Amino acid sequence: MGRLLQFEIFRYNPEDKDSAPHMQTFVMEETTNMTLFIALNRLREEQDPGLIFDFCCRAGICGACAMVINGRPGLACQTKTKDLPEIITLLPLPVFKLIGDLSVDTGIWFREMYQKTESWIHTTKEFDSAKEEERMDNAVAEEIYELERCVECGCCIAACGTARLREDFMGAAALNRIARFVIDPRDQRTDNQYFDIIGNDYGIFGCMGLLACEDVCPKKLPLQNQLGFLRRKMGITAIKQFIRK
Amino acid sequence: MQTYYSDLLVIGAGLAGERVAVESALAGFNVICLSIVPARRSHSSAAQGGMQAALGNCAMGEGDNVDVHFMDTVKGSDWGCDQEVARLFADAAPIEMRRLAHWGVPWNRVVPGTSTYFKGGEKFEKFEKPEKEGLITARSFGGTAKWRTCYTSDGTGHAVMCTMDNKCAELGINVLDRKEAISLIHDGEQCMGAIVRCLRTGKLETYLAKATAICTGGFGRLYKATTNAVICDGGGHVIAQDTGVVPIGNPEAIQFHPTGIVPTDILVTEGCRGDGGTLLDVNEERFMHIYEPEKAELASRDVVSRRMTEHMRAGKGVASAYGEHLWLDIRHLGDKHISTKLREVDEICQNFLGVDARTQLIPVRPTQHYTMAGVRTDKNGAAYGLKGLFSAGEAACWDMHGFNRLGGNSLAETVVAGGIIGVKIVEFLKGNETSFKTGDINSEAKRQQERIDNLISGRLGKENVYKVRAEMQEALMQGCFVFRNEQDLSTCVEVLQGLLERSARIGLVSKGLGANHEVAAALKIQGQVRLAMCIAQAALVRRESRGSHNREDFPARDDQNWLNRTLAYWPEGQTMPELKYEEATPHFEIPPGERGYGGGKIIHADPQEIEAKTITKSK
Repeated sequence: MGRLLQFEIFRYNPEDKDSAPHMQTFVMEETTNMTLFIALNRLREEQDPGLIFDFCCRAGICGACAMVINGRPGLACQTKTKDLPEIITLLPLPVFKLIGDLSVDTGIWFREMYQKTESWIHTTKEFDSAKEEERMDNAVAEEIYELERCVECGCCIAACGTARLREDFMGAAALNRIARFVIDPRDQRTDNQYFDIIGNDYGIFGCMGLLACEDVCPKKLPLQNQLGFLRRKMGITAIKQFIRK
Repeated sequence: MQTYYSDLLVIGAGLAGERVAVESALAGFNVICLSIVPARRSHSSAAQGGMQAALGNCAMGEGDNVDVHFMDTVKGSDWGCDQEVARLFADAAPIEMRRLAHWGVPWNRVVPGTSTYFKGGEKFEKFEKPEKEGLITARSFGGTAKWRTCYTSDGTGHAVMCTMDNKCAELGINVLDRKEAISLIHDGEQCMGAIVRCLRTGKLETYLAKATAICTGGFGRLYKATTNAVICDGGGHVIAQDTGVVPIGNPEAIQFHPTGIVPTDILVTEGCRGDGGTLLDVNEERFMHIYEPEKAELASRDVVSRRMTEHMRAGKGVASAYGEHLWLDIRHLGDKHISTKLREVDEICQNFLGVDARTQLIPVRPTQHYTMAGVRTDKNGAAYGLKGLFSAGEAACWDMHGFNRLGGNSLAETVVAGGIIGVKIVEFLKGNETSFKTGDINSEAKRQQERIDNLISGRLGKENVYKVRAEMQEALMQGCFVFRNEQDLSTCVEVLQGLLERSARIGLVSKGLGANHEVAAALKIQGQVRLAMCIAQAALVRRESRGSHNREDFPARDDQNWLNRTLAYWPEGQTMPELKYEEATPHFEIPPGERGYGGGKIIHADPQEIEAKTITKSK
């Protein structure tokens, strides 16, 4: 017989007028290779079909299932119960708007981020279907992909001291997005244009350097390096702007 | 009830949906995309391997062209595909890859010089030409004559999804997440939009549009063991078939991927075998080359899945608490290759199995993976049966895949078909006006609200949706998996008939308020059981083996009687699907022949009939 796991789960359904925020205890026997994906689905199917949480790919690829697991933001699908103690406390991610129980609204937050960062290639070149593709160094392509691996799970935002204090702070995910375009030779934006977006307290200069973002990133993105890179780049841009004035 | 209007309503914001949307937005039309999850979480993003397109830039792709790609696709389909559509696809694919590069995809590029690669566990050398440096490169995939699969590390789907969603943001397309279409609004002739349940509040909304496109992906979740995301549950197919006039094409054509991991069924990419990984049995010996001397591990997916099943039946499987499996071996590829080119695979093995693929074997077995089946459309992506309704991507049976699709052709289809059909939708929007009939709209909205109310009140019964669903999934595993036969299929149909009755009597356990999952599951279960019934019934009637459809009692491919496509309709009030058939292809560029792998007998069609339909492609 496996361990008896005790789940302490945050419950609140804003659409149910009888619902008030509280913690609820569920007990379930652990099985081999159990993940929180398996456990939560079993809880919903066997004990409480009203339980609200999100999963999608259940393979650590899509970022849908981030939650606070025993005090630490992470992806539930790739969290194995055998790595956790018998008491497992699950809370929704902070910062994001609560949808219900463990589900939060990352969708709207990130779509707003795309607009703030103008998360697309800025170019005056037109696509010509008759022409060979523009060449790119493979190493550059790999560097871009390295930063493109962000799955927008929201862990870095939930773990960020600044984002917790100030909801207008862009957070590591947005700054990493900018870094992705800075190193992309196809994007024609200048340092000054990037400065307009992140050269302020909402952006790179708001970062307190606590770096929990990198600690909790399930894709292990090199966020510390990227934040440092942008801080230097934007610092230099600020000095240049100052001298020109 | 809130009502929204747009020129184009796209249901599903994965790669196919967003690619379709981009065309209309570029032409100045107003577009709304609905998705049950934030767009970038769509299952497109889970596709690791790559997209096939005959660019011919890399050394092992030299001499490749769209004709070779076309031929591989037709062979792969076991001549079940529409050759006109496969041709459209192969011709457009290279241009689409370049377009994606222009939009921002960080494709891996040609690195000049000598490098090594593995095939069947052996090491070989290749030389990449300096003049090709920096062009889009490609990797090897099963069932192809050339290295043709364009890729970004092993996160191709994710990378392209990011670029496509960025493009949507740039164009100001209204991409709304946590919105699930639960029925189409139509009058039996034209589609006017959809009734949508908001997955934040649980409330219903109406979306009216001149054109509606279903791009909701596949329905792997009808099976218990599937590589698919939990959202790939056939929602789009259910609402299309529920109209009574839109058929599902080839429901029996379901692909099983050779390498789902045991126990969680998560896919490890075909890129593992493409890059030289091998399959081993209980004695840790290779076996694929015994069955398939030429292609070995790189035969098409249906063939590898079948051979693996055969080998396990011959007692060569590895026993485990989760049933038998075989091994995938990528140890010899080395640390650098595994940690860069196969990084997602590495992560999956570590996170879900606790296995280090550098030193340990990966437990795998065939798992449901892809639905060639889908909403039947013509070559323009227009659905049969309703004007103004379109479909693209895995959700559709456009039909370039026939009875088996090649690795790298589905991800490519999302954007290539999305582009082609996107242009056709623009033509439709320019050439057509629609009138919205408030009677039809209101009665549909009312019908859907009543369904929800009945579920909550339990007025129709107390059946548990999760139990019915689990039994349906198990029935398909028993009757409609890699191998099929008359007896098991008949049993499967019977079981599903019982489940269909029970699915009409679902009552909720929970209160069903807000972002409630039980309501979502209950709203689609009846349609899902119908869809399952279409698979089983169509598989039972098709007395031949073609591509991924393997009848043990009818092992030959029968071109005389079955060179056709199933169309499964579900007329209102019926308890069984109505099966009709149409010719597989309007013409042959490549007349039916041997695939060159998979073995098996062919019952040939009348040569004169074939010849009469054969054309030579004019260049």
